[in-house]
Amino acid sequence: MNPVLAAAASLHASADCRPPLILARGLTKVYATAGGGEVMALKDLDFEIYDGEFVSVVGQSGCGKSTLLKVLAGLLPYTAGSVALNGRPLRGPSSEAAVVFQSPVLLPWRTVLENVLLPIEFRKLALSRYREKAYDLLEMAGLRDFEQRYPYELSGGMQQRASIVRALLQDPRLLLMDEPFGALDAMTREQMNLELLRIWSQSRKTVFFITHSIAEAIFLSDRVIAMTARPGSIAGVIAIDLLRPRDLSIINTDRFGRYAAHLRALLDAQGGVS
Amino acid sequence: MALESANLSSPERNDALTRHAPPSVFRRYPQFTISPAILVTLLVGWWLASDVLHAPIYVVPPPEQVFQALLRGFSRAPWDRASYWYHSGVTIWEALAGFAIGSALGTVLGFVLSHWPLLGKSWYPYIVGFQSLPKVAIAPLMVVWFGFGLQGKVFITAVITFFPLLVNTMAGYQAVEPERIELARSCNASEWHLLSKIIFPSCLPFLFAGLSVAAVLSIIGAVVGEFVGASAGLGMLLMQYNQALEIAPLFAVVLLLGVIGFLMNFAVGRLERRYCFWAQRSNAAART
Repeated sequence: MNPVLAAAASLHASADCRPPLILARGLTKVYATAGGGEVMALKDLDFEIYDGEFVSVVGQSGCGKSTLLKVLAGLLPYTAGSVALNGRPLRGPSSEAAVVFQSPVLLPWRTVLENVLLPIEFRKLALSRYREKAYDLLEMAGLRDFEQRYPYELSGGMQQRASIVRALLQDPRLLLMDEPFGALDAMTREQMNLELLRIWSQSRKTVFFITHSIAEAIFLSDRVIAMTARPGSIAGVIAIDLLRPRDLSIINTDRFGRYAAHLRALLDAQGGVS
Repeated sequence: MALESANLSSPERNDALTRHAPPSVFRRYPQFTISPAILVTLLVGWWLASDVLHAPIYVVPPPEQVFQALLRGFSRAPWDRASYWYHSGVTIWEALAGFAIGSALGTVLGFVLSHWPLLGKSWYPYIVGFQSLPKVAIAPLMVVWFGFGLQGKVFITAVITFFPLLVNTMAGYQAVEPERIELARSCNASEWHLLSKIIFPSCLPFLFAGLSVAAVLSIIGAVVGEFVGASAGLGMLLMQYNQALEIAPLFAVVLLLGVIGFLMNFAVGRLERRYCFWAQRSNAAART
């Protein structure tokens, strides 16, 4: 059987019997528009994400993938269906999930260190206990020398790395990343992808990664969910069976190309072109 | 790689663009070179108009008479009720007290009306209506309410400085990046933390824009308050000199008010650089 076609859910179910970290069934989100109408942003999504997995969602702009992330972050209520995080129904933001946004969202009046510690202040945790850990994470992200700098003194890539450190410092089980490298140039983006994989392999978080780049999704993920628009629904899920640790050379392999072709076919079949 | 791109906003790059000719002293410090030159030009023009072209003395009094009036006014002791120190002190005190009260109330109410949109929407027509009133029109009423003392001047100054802060706070609140609020919500931040750590600092550039407008308006408020009835202050002096047709000291007081307004604005600018340094530098970094 073609490994590309291996159904990811069954693969995981056979691998371990633990309940998934995220379990979504019939997840539906309907927006009310200003004109009084309704827009179905997400329709009947069924998926699960297991502990330690790196799962990407790929789809064109407007397919509802950012909406999906905000629902999982507890920032948006969903309309129908169910979502459970670590076995408990999702109601509002959870301390087990941290979000990395499209833009770094660093506060310009705070230094890098103060920005990274902000969620600890919000969660009313003891700052003294997290400072050492913040130093370690900044070191890992190559930002140790910049901890007293302000965000405007950093490059775009460094700002986004600081925002990833900010998310990791909360020690979440789940990292929700919303096209975090979309605003970076192609070269920086590849570097950031490598760094993210390195950080992920060290911290072993579960990552839910939104992107519109098919290559980025394949390069990073264990599984890729292809989403199509209007209404946002899952066109297919592909397990990426590429050896880790990965480096940029795998992008040129035949296997990588087949995954990309398959994903593109899934997205094109519904009229979606990324 | 990251180090190099971090330097994009540093001065080196600007130097590289203009390496052929290093920026002149005029370009670097216009406030210490060109601005004084403009002042000298204006003074020479003034002197020419009055002493050489002999413009009527009630239109353009000779500069030396105006400076003599200033000297006379300031050579007296500050507690002397005829000295400019005393009258300046009264006016500055009225302006500062009204400024503090009005801008504090405007800021607080701006946050309240923004944070509870129902409240904001229902009050908005009245705020717009009251804002479009010429506030100086209520100045004569101040004498009826408060007499000739300080309270009336402080009150009208507070009313005048209230609106720039109210309007700017509401605009600032609207302009807070939604992602910042989502960041706070995703961390289960309390409403108080959201307000104090995200929204209030985000509004600071707007607040300072309002404060620098209010600083100038506060002098106007105090002077207008004194026009309609006062026992002390620069506005009262203006009225006295006007009635006595003493044009040179009248000009001296007008100059003095200009200097006070400038200093108030300067003080707000220094505070802004101290507490809002990040806004200007973030903008500068974005423009390079």
